[in-house]
Amino acid sequence: MDLHTVVEVVSPATVGQWRPGDAWLGGGTGLFAEPQTGVTRLLDLAAAGWTPVTAHEHGLEIAATCTVAELAGYAGAPRFTAFHELATACCRAFLASAKIWNVATVGGNLCAALPAGPMIALTAALDGECLLLAPAGERRLGVVDLVTGDGRTALAPGELLRSITLPAAALTGRTAFRQGSLFTHGRSAVLLIGRRAGAGLVLTVTAATVRPFQLRFAGVPAAAELAAALRDTVPGDAYVDDVHGLPAWRRHLTARYAEEIRAELAR
Amino acid sequence: MTVRINGADHDRPPRPGQCLRTYLREEGCFGVKKGCDSGDCGACTVHVDGRPVHSCVYPAFRAQGRQVTTIEGLAPPDGLHPVQQRFLDAQGFQCGFCTAGMIMTTAALDEAELADLPRALKGNLCRCTGYRAIADAVHGVRTVAEPGDGPAVGAGLGAPAGPQVVTGAARYTFDVDVPGLLHLKVLRSPHAHARITAVDTAAALAVPGVTAVLTHRDAPPRYFSTARHEHADEDPADTRVLDDVVRHAGQRVAAVVAETEAAAEEGCRRLRVTYEVLPAVLDPEAAMRPGAPAVHGDKITGHRIARAADNVVGELHAELGDVAAGFAGADVVYEATFRTPRVQHAALETHGAIGWLDEAGRLTLRSSTQTPFLTRRALAELFDLPPDRVRVLTGRVGGGFGGKQEMLVEDLVALAVRRTGRPVKLEYTREEQFTSATTRHPFTVTMKAGARRDGTLTALTLRVVSDTGAYGNHGPAVMYHSCHESIAVYRCANKKVDAYAVYTNTVPSGAFRGYGLGQVSFAVESVLDELARRLDLDPVLLRERNIVRPGEPLAAPGDHADDLTIGSYGLDQCLDAVRTAAARPAGPDEAAPAGWLTGEGMALAMIAAGPPGGHFADAAVTLLPDGRYEIAVGTTEFGNGSTTVHAQLAADTLGTTPDRIVVRQSDTDLVGHDTGAFASTGVVVAGRAVLHAARALRERLLELAGPGATGLDPDGVIRPHGRLGLAELAASSPEPVRAEGRWAGSPRSVAFNVQWFRVAVDPGTGELRILRSVHSADAGTVLNPLQTRGQIEGGVAQALGAALAEHIDIDAAGRVTTAAFRQYHLPTFADVPHTEVVLARTADAIGPLGAKSMSESPFNPVAPALANALRDATGVRFTELPFTRDRIWQRLRAG
Repeated sequence: MDLHTVVEVVSPATVGQWRPGDAWLGGGTGLFAEPQTGVTRLLDLAAAGWTPVTAHEHGLEIAATCTVAELAGYAGAPRFTAFHELATACCRAFLASAKIWNVATVGGNLCAALPAGPMIALTAALDGECLLLAPAGERRLGVVDLVTGDGRTALAPGELLRSITLPAAALTGRTAFRQGSLFTHGRSAVLLIGRRAGAGLVLTVTAATVRPFQLRFAGVPAAAELAAALRDTVPGDAYVDDVHGLPAWRRHLTARYAEEIRAELAR
Repeated sequence: MTVRINGADHDRPPRPGQCLRTYLREEGCFGVKKGCDSGDCGACTVHVDGRPVHSCVYPAFRAQGRQVTTIEGLAPPDGLHPVQQRFLDAQGFQCGFCTAGMIMTTAALDEAELADLPRALKGNLCRCTGYRAIADAVHGVRTVAEPGDGPAVGAGLGAPAGPQVVTGAARYTFDVDVPGLLHLKVLRSPHAHARITAVDTAAALAVPGVTAVLTHRDAPPRYFSTARHEHADEDPADTRVLDDVVRHAGQRVAAVVAETEAAAEEGCRRLRVTYEVLPAVLDPEAAMRPGAPAVHGDKITGHRIARAADNVVGELHAELGDVAAGFAGADVVYEATFRTPRVQHAALETHGAIGWLDEAGRLTLRSSTQTPFLTRRALAELFDLPPDRVRVLTGRVGGGFGGKQEMLVEDLVALAVRRTGRPVKLEYTREEQFTSATTRHPFTVTMKAGARRDGTLTALTLRVVSDTGAYGNHGPAVMYHSCHESIAVYRCANKKVDAYAVYTNTVPSGAFRGYGLGQVSFAVESVLDELARRLDLDPVLLRERNIVRPGEPLAAPGDHADDLTIGSYGLDQCLDAVRTAAARPAGPDEAAPAGWLTGEGMALAMIAAGPPGGHFADAAVTLLPDGRYEIAVGTTEFGNGSTTVHAQLAADTLGTTPDRIVVRQSDTDLVGHDTGAFASTGVVVAGRAVLHAARALRERLLELAGPGATGLDPDGVIRPHGRLGLAELAASSPEPVRAEGRWAGSPRSVAFNVQWFRVAVDPGTGELRILRSVHSADAGTVLNPLQTRGQIEGGVAQALGAALAEHIDIDAAGRVTTAAFRQYHLPTFADVPHTEVVLARTADAIGPLGAKSMSESPFNPVAPALANALRDATGVRFTELPFTRDRIWQRLRAG
């Protein structure tokens, strides 16, 4: 929709230009989808020309401005099998169509911090680490710590997300993916990702909860151990209560899918 | 840097915060539609550098230096793009508002995407078709009939506007460039109930570009109803253009008129309003209790409100026979309470109008309405104008579903036009559609019914409470209608109804496809299903033992209009059809996954073809100088397809082909009167008027051709001594050769619908899957089988939305919390199963050429049929809509 209060676009924009009333602009599919009456200036990052995905020895670096389509189409690091298995599934978990993938960015999805954000699920499950830039300097923060609540992040005013790095160690184990929604191809109400890390298991819970939760096990736990750990890690009030699914149902599906993932990855 | 649109450079730079959709429309590409404005519906799809994007969430500045292709530029200069041709061949549209986006999306799909349409089309919403016709279009299935061979009536001909729809050339309400246009934006109440004690307009008026601020001090004192009915006294007079009391969150407080939308919005933000917050009541049962805040307590008499002090706008208490005796004679009695939520029409074109004064100073409105003539009448009364000083017309309307049988914008636009003397536009946002338009009436229905061992009904009672919201538009009429055909379809000597239409401080309810019947049928058909179970009877058989038969009265408690009769009877055929369908074994693609529960269920519905009290249509048919004909008719085209049928009716009567018929419509300048495109009347009332006009013209032409003229063919009048060419005849007449027709909408017949489902339910997740869907319908003689099928598929799909997904939620403060398509889930391609449509063979004694209506009614039996199938599968009676996965799971867990 038209953002009538916007009077200027800075393109490309860089860190240090932000002032109150500014909004960092990725693809724009989030920003332009809701009224933004407090925004007077757009700081365009998409024009910065950052390389969408870079494969390093130590892992994959995804620019915040990498579009969902670029991520889905990336084939440059076949050895990172876990990434490729999960990237397609997570892109498909978007409520939005492939037309939105052409424009929406990975960074935009993280910074919007919606429970259903599938790029949050992907990068959290793969132990992603965010590079954050601010005038005072840069810092690094895990994806699971970037998103602090429904629509809330750890970003300071004026701070921007530059990239997410997925460490190589997280990109080769077997994975399992489960998504639940009120509707076929609908918005995620529950999105769980399991990953074998050596002998261990990492379970990432998103969509059902107001922020990502991660459970790490040294080995594959027994069913009861997993269920108990889930109860201990995710407090009851962390389950989202909104129009996209009742909290009790989300909690039930979380437990059900966690067990399915455990069983699948134990084989 | 320029934006290259369809091969041409556009130098005008976009505004900083402008989305590409608006920029393209300002550059003349009106085929790019504003539907959701949030990237969800896909009506705005264009290609940027060859890739499809939703242009409403694409920053316009970013298109500089890029190539943009819109629907207008998709095809080569002298023809259609193959996808456009396929959408014509399959008639993959109804209102057509989503069509340009569907075509632009489809044109960009690769092979893998074409093989997975439920996923590939998740970003394209169609509210009309139910997607079957779109699937056919995408896959290149041709279903439309060739015009020309044989009679037009009965052929599956395409809509006359089809070529314009698929090329983006069809002009909807806002697809006009009006020089000097002002924009109107509305400040809306944050409170559910408040008195406006002061409005400080100074800061708003100081915003550059703001030309006027309108408050209740500027509004006419008159009370009216936004509901449009032939007889205004059907609705309470409880609404002002701008009031000093606001009765729901989202109600108009003030309007700002400005040179730009941006200035108008800024003006709204700068208005300083002082409210005295009043106690509010949000629940209709609470509203009827003593001591509840009276929503219209200031209107005790003279406003056509039954009991304003008690918040009861209308009520019905009546009994036929003796229900106590009936229950005493029953072998089994069942009682339960059923609830249906608020549902929005969600037409992809929002409400809105553009108004101006024409050269003669006449107030003129181009509006997205189903009722141009009744809106003219209301405006003339409101502003003390003679009717001939007001003109209301429509473009093509982007969906209605009853939502546009209201005057929700025209009054305010008219006020602004009269104040400023300039053209003014008010276009609802999608959010305003949810917070400040109307919804389907939420109902609570308690039904009790008794039957003997053989299934014969002995008594039934209904207690119905409908929530009309803050205003009573359609409240009483929907309540009366809801308690008529839903139970009149059953022979039962003892029936009793207690019904209340109740005010609350919530968004107003209004007319919605089915007009109350669906809500009550949900209860009636669920209860009958329970009786059949308790008696161990086939539910179809139980219906057959009780349904009304030809020649029998249609009886329901209360004073209902007595002009309703069974003009043709196909309910028995409809029931047979679902019995046959149920007996057919499941095919390989209808298997339920292991561990899922399966079940079957059916429900029926009857609906009057037209409203009580008369529904009027004038039509005229004129011979054009080139030998073609022109129909003038008042009714509106919004995807209902009545235009197609009108051309078919006239073509056969005049011995010509539909492509030689031009239809002009939906303009108060064209004919004397037309009640409007609602209450299932496009064919049976307006169509009949057209038929009468065509027959009269035929007589006139034969008469003009002289003695011995025997008939008409496409080229002329057939005479023993040779044909008289139509062009020659037209030229020889000193004045246009024209004839008129009229129909008053009475007597009325009834149409029937039966829905049957086989479903599977996953008890572990609550997921419900429809394995087979069959819908049988008695529409009398089918004038256009393709369109009839389309109306049924679309009605079933919309009803599945209401049954499985849709609900408007209101928080504790009375505010709507589901005000976008992200929160309010419309059925997508993936959500709608294939429905097999079976048409009964009957010929109606009343409708034109034996036809009956088939527009609202397919909606009505869907929810109860699904509830009955769910009951069969799970053993649990579901009494509250919608059946979302989380709620199904929760109910199954509760047992």
